[in-house]
Amino acid sequence: MSTQEYAVLGTRPVRHDGADKVTGRAIYGADIHLAGLLQGAILRSPHAHARIVRIDTRRAEALPGVKAVVTAADLAVSQDRIVDLGEGDTPLSYLRGNVLASGKVLYKGHAVAAVAAASLHVAEEAASLIDVEYEPLPCVLTTLDAMREDAPILHDGLRTTEFGEKTGRVSNVAEHFRHELGDVSAGFAEADVVVEHEFRTATVHQGYIEPHTATVLWNNDGRILVWCSTQGAFVVRDVTACILDVPVSRVKVTPLEIGGGFGGKIPVYLEPVAALLSKKSGRPVKITMTRRDVFEGTGPTPGSVIRVKMGARKDGRIVAAQAWMAYEAGAYPGAMVGPGAMCVFAAYDIANVVVDGFDVVVNKPSTAAYRAPGATNAAFATESVVDELAEKLGLDPLEFRLKNAAREGTRRADGPKYPRIGCVEVIEAMKNHPHYSAPLEGPNRGRGVAIGFWFNAGLPSSCTLSVNADGSVNLVEGSTDIGGTRTSVAMQAAEVLGIGAEDVRPEVADTDSVGFTAVTGGSRVTFATGWAAYEAAQDVVRQMKERAAKLWETDAASVTLDHGVFRSGDRSMTFRDLAARLGETGGPVTGRGAVNPRSAGGSFSGCIADVQVDPETGKVDVLRFTAVQDAGKAIHPAYVEGQMQGGSAQGIGWALNEEYHMSPDGAMQNASLLDYRMPTALDLPMIDTVIVEVPNPIHPFGVRGVGEANIVPPPATLANAIYHATGVRLRSLPMNPPAVAEAIWSKEG
Amino acid sequence: MKWFDYSAPESVSGAISALAAHPRARILAGGTDLLVQMRAGRKETDFIVDVKRIPELNEIRYDSDGLTVGASAPCYRLYAHADVAARYPSLARLAALIGGTQIQGRASIGGNLCNAAPSADAVPLLIALGARCRIAGQAGEREVVVEEFCTAPGVNVLGPGEFLVSLLIPPPAPGSGAHYERFIPRNEMDIAVAGAGASVVLEDGHFRSARIALASVAPTPLFVREAGDALAGKPVNEESINEAANLARDAARPISDMRAPAEYRRRLCAVLTRRALTRAIEEARGNR
Ligand SMILES: Cc1cc2nc3c(=O)[nH]c(=O)nc-3n(C[C@H](O)[C@H](O)[C@H](O)COP(=O)(O)OP(=O)(O)OC[C@H]3O[C@@H](n4cnc5c(N)ncnc54)[C@H](O)[C@@H]3O)c2cc1C
Repeated sequence: MSTQEYAVLGTRPVRHDGADKVTGRAIYGADIHLAGLLQGAILRSPHAHARIVRIDTRRAEALPGVKAVVTAADLAVSQDRIVDLGEGDTPLSYLRGNVLASGKVLYKGHAVAAVAAASLHVAEEAASLIDVEYEPLPCVLTTLDAMREDAPILHDGLRTTEFGEKTGRVSNVAEHFRHELGDVSAGFAEADVVVEHEFRTATVHQGYIEPHTATVLWNNDGRILVWCSTQGAFVVRDVTACILDVPVSRVKVTPLEIGGGFGGKIPVYLEPVAALLSKKSGRPVKITMTRRDVFEGTGPTPGSVIRVKMGARKDGRIVAAQAWMAYEAGAYPGAMVGPGAMCVFAAYDIANVVVDGFDVVVNKPSTAAYRAPGATNAAFATESVVDELAEKLGLDPLEFRLKNAAREGTRRADGPKYPRIGCVEVIEAMKNHPHYSAPLEGPNRGRGVAIGFWFNAGLPSSCTLSVNADGSVNLVEGSTDIGGTRTSVAMQAAEVLGIGAEDVRPEVADTDSVGFTAVTGGSRVTFATGWAAYEAAQDVVRQMKERAAKLWETDAASVTLDHGVFRSGDRSMTFRDLAARLGETGGPVTGRGAVNPRSAGGSFSGCIADVQVDPETGKVDVLRFTAVQDAGKAIHPAYVEGQMQGGSAQGIGWALNEEYHMSPDGAMQNASLLDYRMPTALDLPMIDTVIVEVPNPIHPFGVRGVGEANIVPPPATLANAIYHATGVRLRSLPMNPPAVAEAIWSKEG
Repeated sequence: MKWFDYSAPESVSGAISALAAHPRARILAGGTDLLVQMRAGRKETDFIVDVKRIPELNEIRYDSDGLTVGASAPCYRLYAHADVAARYPSLARLAALIGGTQIQGRASIGGNLCNAAPSADAVPLLIALGARCRIAGQAGEREVVVEEFCTAPGVNVLGPGEFLVSLLIPPPAPGSGAHYERFIPRNEMDIAVAGAGASVVLEDGHFRSARIALASVAPTPLFVREAGDALAGKPVNEESINEAANLARDAARPISDMRAPAEYRRRLCAVLTRRALTRAIEEARGNR
């Protein structure tokens, strides 16, 4: 466990952006107003799958007030190529096809054309005057249907990749891969108990409160200026440049405050379209999505079908595990089944494993990341089966997990061997928590547990520091701040410099003002950007020591820095006093840090939940909920707890009510926050948190990202709790009242 | 949403002429249904008649004829009203059930009824309480009982140029009680998957009379006369309650949609009717 003494890390200073946020002064994307600003509206496909026969924009162009109309025909035509977005490679044609459909529409809500006008109402009316002739095609909405031989094909050019090799087969299966470890048949032969089930999870949306918004000015000098709400300014820059076929240096992206993303604000939707409208009209153009646009036109996270089979010996050892996982990619390949397959058995040390993954396209919006993408679906299956195995073996569910927990040296089926991890410590913290041993009385009540893993991401981050004469330091970073990361990054610089967190002013900069920084995703900001800040602070320290040495006419190597005081021999000077003397010792001091960690050291989490089920209505009330997570080192514990509570709340929503309710012809029927039933404050108990600290050996402060692993266990936790309350196991998400009631009725006969 | 014109007449006659002059006009009370529907493109109009400034549509008054609730009086005024709280506690609870605090500051019972949603929470209780609608139009005034007001999803009996002025609820009989029970998957901010309103009058451990109505299980709010009638004269016990609950379930004609499957809704009708009756009985016992 983390034992090192720190002055700043582990404290709970007020966040730097707090005052602006609580007083409503913070500037979000939709707050941008430029002289001559036009409003944009997007025409979206009413069909889930159709050929575009003809688009006639003349009636829209003729409407007074309309300044520009664009379709896919306005996009640059260039060779298709592979684009690296930091979180995976994507063909340019898919990125381009998703921002404006060409040839075919692949889901209801697919953008087809866009209009810019002096007012939003005119733009919307003009959009409705665009005549699009469609030839509707049969649509396919689920993985199992899409995998059938006779399924309608979404992409004529999509050939299945099988075990890493391109086949000649055109199908909706973009990829089939396999991870193998040991010998599963031998493993199952050794098992005394085998449990096997099929699980399904619905398509769900991240549900960030702020809709996507982008304002773009295609300037007369050819520069394209973008203001938007994004998780990654550099991704927006690079993707926009690719789609528009201009060099990245032509695009400057200014990220504004962001009202939630959870992975859903990594893809680019509006920026290239607003850019085209701006180019045509010569004026800045803003496009802001409605909630319906967000549900129908941006990436939810995949629905899935997962079959898990696990076998254990009487002594409680899991000896074999097998998973078959098919995830819905939506309209374009990239279903997050890769990460799902890496995580499916990641919490356990199992000698014999086979995992088959299928990335399947269907006529739904192209899916995007959502907090530990792919892992929650997988854990729902695995942790339900593990619970059943424990019961069959007559073992306490946490003892059983502890006995099989992954540790340093455990090899995952997809290859890597774990460095020091905190799986065991998380399970022990669950076991020792008073919640686990508290009596649970009353009818229809049950307690469930589950654990989960997310590997987190490294990737590039940059940071610069400049020292002010008053002893404060300005910090410039490129990571948009979603979860309080300005503060957790600033604190790491402050710790190195020996000054207070409030003495560092963090600023999230535009893409011209800071070095390349990958997305705010993969729980990487406190880890990687924090590391860059650590490096930048070391750079400052090195220079400051030279300045002290100069003043003291001594060797810089003899100068030390301890708790903000420079010393050499019997001379000393505070950071603040030295900062005031930079002018006379050589001028300003700036420090820089740039890192590109290849791995991140994963995070484990676990939940304990008590539920009460109304057997007559099937409604599940969560009475008590405890979340445990390994943070490596909790830089700012309050924000770690906030992440754990947020992930738990989203996981509870995913478990109990959230889903894309599709009509047979592929229309989402609940595209509003009224009917998409995310939990409200009244649906959640107080979520208790326990931070475990098993330092990450590769990070200077031992940090592990904490943004994601916490969403992984909740659905399985609640499924297990519902089982212990009612005696029925639900294997399909959401476990909404009708589903729970029907399961109870069928048990009762 | 396209442009529209707006007027806010201050009398019933002013509203009548505004509506006569604008055949495509729509009436605005709290706007918590109308504005949402217009924004979503589900309703269009070129003229809005805001009725909130008309005194008759804003009053809440109790006298020997019972309770008069102006059609556009917002929910918060209902539950804050001393007579409503004392004599119609079920109505006060209902007003506090619709939406959250912000919505209750605007949303009206009249708007809830005129919107004619099968799921409207106020309607089953109004039916159970035996409420009548006072309607005004160019041809004069008329009265319609609430159970006959809604005719199809989103459609009501109002003819061109007609509007709802107020609702009239008879004075509560001694030994009476009422309650509306809805089921929503979340604890707030949701549309009834099913709902049941019940009123009872008790006498010597027996039901003198009862009225039961359901939400969200038919194209309109559904008055199940036979379920209430079956209780008349029966002893107040579990068996009678279950019988009425089963009759309500059998009368339901729900559909399957994104909010719930039909069979689930049907079963809920029995559960909710039983729960509504049980609560109404408790209230009636306190009202002797
Ligand atoms: C966040 C939110 C939560 C909600 N929660 C609930 C809930 O829990 N339960 C529930 O039942 N509903 C709920 N609603 C829906 C709505 O608030 C209610 O139906 C409300 O009672 C409508 O009243 P209003 O005064 O706002 O009606 P308006 O929107 O003004 O009008 C509704 C309809 O009736 C017509 N109309 C209004 N007054 C008259 C009149 N005097 N004569 C003729 N026609 C008229 C209008 O033209 C319109 O078509 C909710 C809505 C929102 C936005």
